Amino acid sequence: MEKIILGKAYVLGNNIDTDQIIPAEHLVYSLSDEEESKKYGHFALSGAPLPEAGLPGGGKPFITGDNYLSEYSIIIGGSNFGCGSSREHAPFALQKAGAKAIIAESYARIFYRNSVDGGFVLPMESENKLNDIIKTGDEVELNLTDYTLKRIADNKVFQLKHPGDVLPIIEAGGVFDYARKTGMIV
Amino acid sequence: MAMTITEKILAKSAGKKAVRPGENIWLNVDVLMTHDVCGPPTIQIWKKEFGENAKIWDKNKLVIFPDHYIFTADKHANRNVDILRQFANEYSVENYYDVGTERYKGVCHIALAEEGYNIPGTVLIGTDSHTCTSGAFGMFATGVGNTDAAFILGTGKIWEKVPESMKFTFDGNLPSYLTAKDLILYILGDITTDGATYRAMEFDGQAVYDLSMDERMTLTNMAIEGGGMNGIIKADAVTEAYLKERTNKKYEIFESDADAKYHSTYRYNANELEPVVAKPHSPDNRDTVRKVQGTKLTKCYIGSCTGGKLSDFVNAAKILMGKEVKVPTFIVPASTTVAGELETIDISGISLKDIFTNAGCEIAQSSCAACLGGPADTVGRSVDHDVVISTTNRNFPGRMGSKKSEVYLASPLTVAASAVTGKITDPRDYL
Ligand code: SF4
Repeated sequence: MEKIILGKAYVLGNNIDTDQIIPAEHLVYSLSDEEESKKYGHFALSGAPLPEAGLPGGGKPFITGDNYLSEYSIIIGGSNFGCGSSREHAPFALQKAGAKAIIAESYARIFYRNSVDGGFVLPMESENKLNDIIKTGDEVELNLTDYTLKRIADNKVFQLKHPGDVLPIIEAGGVFDYARKTGMIV
Repeated sequence: MAMTITEKILAKSAGKKAVRPGENIWLNVDVLMTHDVCGPPTIQIWKKEFGENAKIWDKNKLVIFPDHYIFTADKHANRNVDILRQFANEYSVENYYDVGTERYKGVCHIALAEEGYNIPGTVLIGTDSHTCTSGAFGMFATGVGNTDAAFILGTGKIWEKVPESMKFTFDGNLPSYLTAKDLILYILGDITTDGATYRAMEFDGQAVYDLSMDERMTLTNMAIEGGGMNGIIKADAVTEAYLKERTNKKYEIFESDADAKYHSTYRYNANELEPVVAKPHSPDNRDTVRKVQGTKLTKCYIGSCTGGKLSDFVNAAKILMGKEVKVPTFIVPASTTVAGELETIDISGISLKDIFTNAGCEIAQSSCAACLGGPADTVGRSVDHDVVISTTNRNFPGRMGSKKSEVYLASPLTVAASAVTGKITDPRDYL
């Protein structure tokens, strides 16, 4: 697991549901075909209403043009991130678009599990609300040794929560690698 | 140690005497359910992780229902069903309910109940967030993603954090103008969409035990809209009567100890409630129908796992009988069984199907249909600035198709009354 993740922040509001992360009509593409699965990256967060896409101000789509990679790699959300359906396509889409980590106040259970068990993106919880402090485009650095987020411009540091019991699964890179490491499966 | 019904079932599944909220445990899964959207990627992960000689841990415990994207020309969607079909053939999965055959069932959560897979005291995991529906049968049921499902497919196991429980009690009798949908919308308005995250939602009280299994499933179905891990109702004589007609599997009935500990408890008097809706764009955006009545509509929709059961159509038919709808109104039976019942069940000698047809409704084939938008050719899908009132469970932006549309969630009674006027209407005006 990388201990330091540096990237540009993309900021969203509360209750970002899985239909916003990847609208249902796109759930038909292959997740295993390297080329076809890029569509998930291309449509990542395409369901987010434009006025709330890229706060403050909105109007900044996560993906522009024909790209499937986003210029942003760290997503900052509010509460209840990933609520809604069980579609694993959601954290997968964010990963495909190049997102490495999400920092939110809280997560919906299935989205959190999917992110961790599939090893797609790192779901971190912040101690305090950060989506009205960090701005879309800010350079930030996520430190997974002391669980902090630093805003590069002014070196301001924000405390995140320790992942708790799921840390071994995160460190292993997903539930399968964890199960192999612990001898549960071969 | 005093335990809730959820804790007792989880303890049994984990092979432990007792469990406490917060504890991480490995559960032995009794049934794994998947469908056409999440089945193919689940199979692919399972093959990748367990290798070419991957084995299904227990074929009899795997159930597959194609249901989401069924009646569409979308080639990717059809490819998903092909993958399921091929998998079922290759591995001789008996519990596969193929499209285009007599075995086709429709929406998974209702089909699970109808086909006798919901067994009190057991653990059912599905690759669909509304898997919590099955909790209406006094069992632990919850949704997971493809990776967790692939892990279960190979091992029969899943890790779970034992949830704290919240208890929702409805005393009194449910008035004729209310349905289970009003009850759950009340709760969601109170606790909000993340009020039950990582928790069990236990439903109790006279008004709940008076409900049919159909109506109980409406309650547990929407536990996930509060973020709940599971929704649960203790099995009773109503449950047993339903099971007796569908399965001879043995079961064990669990119930919460009187002194079990809850995260929180909520108490309502069913007699004092009135019809409610969830306004756009969130299931917790509750208001009374009276407050929003008169809102102009462009579409009405009665369908989905939460709002397309027989009881939902009986309720809607009570109002639509002998009336005409003012706006396009879609009737989408959740399952093929329900579709059949529309023809065989009548009110005063007129079949439900005739009541709807005479009223000018469009009756569609059983599937998830526009509940989740779906491919562009999906029946009932919202377009442009549609204003829809629907018996479904989610009204997030774009959920039913168009991002610009507005969706109100309501009971089948409220939707039917609104169809008659073309505006949001209180069902009490028509009962
Ligand atoms: S009917 Fe709607 S909520 Fe139910 S399983 Fe289908 S898409 Fe999901």
